[in-house]
Amino acid sequence: MINTKTKSKKINKKLSNSDEIASYTEMLKIRRFEEKAGQLYGMGKIGGFCHLYIGQEAVVVGLQMSIEKGDQLITTYRDHGHMIACGMDPRGVMAELFGKSDGYSKGKGGSMHMFSKEMDFYGGHGIVGASVPLGTGLAFANKYRKNDRVTLTYFGDGAANQGQVYESFNMAKLWNLPCIYIIENNRYAMGTSIQRSSAQSDLSQRGLSFGIEGEQVDGMDINAVVEAGKRIVDRTRNGGGPYILEMLTYRYRGHSMSDPAQYRTRDEVNEVRDQSDPIESVKNRILKKKILSEKEIKDIDISVKKQILEAADFAENSPLPDPSELWNDIYIK
Amino acid sequence: MSTKILMPAMSPSMKSGSLTKWLVKVGDNIQSGDIIAEIETDKAGMEVESMYDGVISEILIAEGSEDIEIKTPIAIIELDVELNTGKDTEELKGKLFTNKVKPIKKETENTKSIKKIPSNDNQTSVREALRDAMAEEMRLDKDVFVIGEEVGEYQGAYKVTQGLLEEFGQDRVIDTPITENGFAGISIGASFTGLKPIVEFMTFNFALQAMDHIINSAAKTLYMGGGQINSQIVFRGPNGAAARVGAQHSQDFSAWFSHIPGLIVIAPYTAHDSKGLLKAAIRNPNPVIFLENEILYNDKGLVEIDDQDIIEIGKANIVKAGEDITIISFSIGMKIVIQAAEILLKEGINAEVIDLRTLKPLDKDTIISSVKKTSKCVIVEQGWSQSGIGSEITAILMEEAFDYLDAPVLRVTGKDVPMPYAENLEKLALPTVEDILDIVKKII
Repeated sequence: MINTKTKSKKINKKLSNSDEIASYTEMLKIRRFEEKAGQLYGMGKIGGFCHLYIGQEAVVVGLQMSIEKGDQLITTYRDHGHMIACGMDPRGVMAELFGKSDGYSKGKGGSMHMFSKEMDFYGGHGIVGASVPLGTGLAFANKYRKNDRVTLTYFGDGAANQGQVYESFNMAKLWNLPCIYIIENNRYAMGTSIQRSSAQSDLSQRGLSFGIEGEQVDGMDINAVVEAGKRIVDRTRNGGGPYILEMLTYRYRGHSMSDPAQYRTRDEVNEVRDQSDPIESVKNRILKKKILSEKEIKDIDISVKKQILEAADFAENSPLPDPSELWNDIYIK
Repeated sequence: MSTKILMPAMSPSMKSGSLTKWLVKVGDNIQSGDIIAEIETDKAGMEVESMYDGVISEILIAEGSEDIEIKTPIAIIELDVELNTGKDTEELKGKLFTNKVKPIKKETENTKSIKKIPSNDNQTSVREALRDAMAEEMRLDKDVFVIGEEVGEYQGAYKVTQGLLEEFGQDRVIDTPITENGFAGISIGASFTGLKPIVEFMTFNFALQAMDHIINSAAKTLYMGGGQINSQIVFRGPNGAAARVGAQHSQDFSAWFSHIPGLIVIAPYTAHDSKGLLKAAIRNPNPVIFLENEILYNDKGLVEIDDQDIIEIGKANIVKAGEDITIISFSIGMKIVIQAAEILLKEGINAEVIDLRTLKPLDKDTIISSVKKTSKCVIVEQGWSQSGIGSEITAILMEEAFDYLDAPVLRVTGKDVPMPYAENLEKLALPTVEDILDIVKKII
């Protein structure tokens, strides 16, 4: 049997000072955006399903720092973090959550269905597991066009049990597609813990029978994410084919806004939050290494907060979609 | 004692085949189970096994003969009496078949470079028309590719993709594992970036495995993304009842797909329409469900569609003008409708026959203006009655042409049962010419 398991060490390479600051700012932006979205949901401004990314910020921010412009990403419905990390405007994302005309989907997609071709973000998909063949298809297109683009295909520990994931693994390996599968393992598929749902709970090994290598990464540690991300993106870009990065992470909030999360204890959540919060860790490092002063950190916090408030204002003031919009975008004429 | 060896049927839809090679010659002593010849069917090359023990006394059909109907005697074997016992040989025993059949050779198509389909009578089969449509569009646009099970090296489970691999190579004619949900999803993902996949389902029965991607990923992304990302993709393959394959492989999904906003649904009948509409489907920027029919693949007709031509999607065709009643159908339903209309004409009833060709969007204008003229309408489809294409047209006529109707709109549909295997029951489950005649006479 091939030994494919190479656990990445907690910190292999340290981020540069400017990357530390950038990652702090980006992760904070996602955190504040999601907190705001949660509040606005409670006020009835946002409808339907709303799955918050709080706790998992290091995964997308670290991976975004590992890829280049032109590389694509695609994910499931816990997607606000991915959109902000890839450079989409928080105002447009928030307006979409409000169902307003300035949203990325003109208000017609909502939280789970947003796209930005400009930023190579291919959604935002509401069906658990569906992003996996679609992402594999983006990678297929890269190979068809013989470019050197790489696709990050995100999905969760819950989606990892869908059959279509393995159909995709098979073809990705068969055709050596430039696809990196990012399994965001936040330990719970809605209310079902990984132990209760997965016979093989080391999800990085789920590609073994197809010859797809994988590894587990501490997804709460931005350094570990960036290190693994850069190494594997480089490998895949150079013809290495598909690979699985299982990001061990945690969501602080329920599965969606309506989930009271009674399947886990308050202590469990607090323990992760206190001991391995990705944002606090970077902040402490920045202060400890004296990269920035307390004051400068505070300035970042204020500027991020302002940006998010502005996004909420923008969404609030954006008009509802025109009724004629009901009939648009069903077909390209 | 001698008996005839007959041209065997090797697939449910096979009506005739070619005898590509004899592996025995006159005088050879053969045993039951020996391979004696190679034939080619509409699907693939096959080997013919002897059912008998004995000596080949005569070869009746020469190597290279084509279009040999099933059950045609192809050789005569002098039976070894001791080894051949049983009723079937007794029955088959009889006078020798002496008329030696000359090899009938069709103009063969050159599968290495499929530039054109030469044909003595200018007739093209639906199968060839579909293939030509794909080949022409692939020549015009390098973003078009074909993907599916057995589309490449096997040359297509129903030979619709025959020759494409040789011309376009394996980067554009892609064999997949048996994994419909997976390759449908991958193809849709590729289409999001601007590629234009033609996805072949070996039959639409297997598309059920991929239904989530067809509906949730292909049909809705344009809308959910506010127009940012489209899926220019064709899902094609045989749909509808095949022959004697039972309930899981014999059903019509026309109504299913036509229910979904965001999908275009096409179901052609003729070779001409098959080519023109498939070319249009490949160029259309939306996801298109292209419903073919296995039974129609060998049907031939005049195809007058050049490289640049297409047939406009969403336009029904008035196949025969008439004033007494409008009869509407599509795909294989047209076969019985045309026969019925001919019989009715002899009886003095002049029906207007409409081939819908596109099921979504429906050509309401053509339907309504015809019914305004005839005041009566019958819809014929192979699919089940509930929530069918006929139900939809009936509702449209209630809503938009009620005042012009002189009689209730009636339907001839497949029976509301899973397709049975037994030959007689299968026949009962499907609509017939007689069903149409009976129902027309109810309202005329």
